[in-house]
Amino acid sequence: MRKPEQELSDIKSMMERSTRFLSLSGLAGVLAGIYAFVGAGIAWYWIYFPSTEYGAGTETISQADLQINLLAVALVVLVLAIGSAYLLSQQKSQKNSHQFWTPASKRFLYALFIPVLAGGLFSFALIHESAYLFIAPTTLIFYGLGLINASHFTLGEIKNLGFGQLIMGLTGAFFPEFGLICWAIGFGVLHVIYGSMMYYRYDR
Amino acid sequence: MEGTYDKAFENVVRLRIMSILMVNERYDFNSFKELLEVTDGNLASHLRNLENSDYIRVEKSFAGRKPLTNYSATAAGKKAFQAHLDFLENLIKENKP
Repeated sequence: MRKPEQELSDIKSMMERSTRFLSLSGLAGVLAGIYAFVGAGIAWYWIYFPSTEYGAGTETISQADLQINLLAVALVVLVLAIGSAYLLSQQKSQKNSHQFWTPASKRFLYALFIPVLAGGLFSFALIHESAYLFIAPTTLIFYGLGLINASHFTLGEIKNLGFGQLIMGLTGAFFPEFGLICWAIGFGVLHVIYGSMMYYRYDR
Repeated sequence: MEGTYDKAFENVVRLRIMSILMVNERYDFNSFKELLEVTDGNLASHLRNLENSDYIRVEKSFAGRKPLTNYSATAAGKKAFQAHLDFLENLIKENKP
């Protein structure tokens, strides 16, 4: 018989690996934050520059060409962020010789993307209704809810990141003139902070 | 001493199967195979062994055209595993000076 301590740690590790997606890469979080920050900077330049008075430029968003440009930037940021997360997490699972597609990783993605997809569609409804001021808070709130939901199936720290996004989203909803700033803090700064924290804790 | 050492969980593959089924409502054959990194035959024989002790339940279905075999823990299996865990924990406690 093996040592009972060894048996118990074996049991614990199996329980974790079968329920939680542990290959989430911290580095991907940092990269996502950087993409988001750059994207927000470009959006700020287009909407507000040269006037830095927040809220003063919001009427320009109704211009059709600016709308398309903003959507294109948002799409590029989204694709880069998801692409990095996918590639780096797959790399991490290979390094730890864990499987990537497991019931746990599928549950994680399902829990994250149902709120996120609903939020994305809701944002299109907001564009359709010209409620541009609420797009930034909406994406933050739905993403935050998705993270809190998905935190049961991955590293637990994700839950705090989710609450952070939720707080930034609600702040942006009550002070819409700071929507883009809140968005940059939530998707940019919080991702970099959390990503580097997770990187130092789990990936090295 | 509290808890009972269960021979059914003496083997590490069976111990791991049961650990997984304690925290997952159901788990399928291929996912077991990938997570445990064992051969088909080896896994099947351990699963059959646990099934014969009435610790796990088998549920066969189809996912599209592919057969899908799901396993879940029975109440008796969960109870036996808990008793086995208690035994291990008490063993550690007693051996502490």
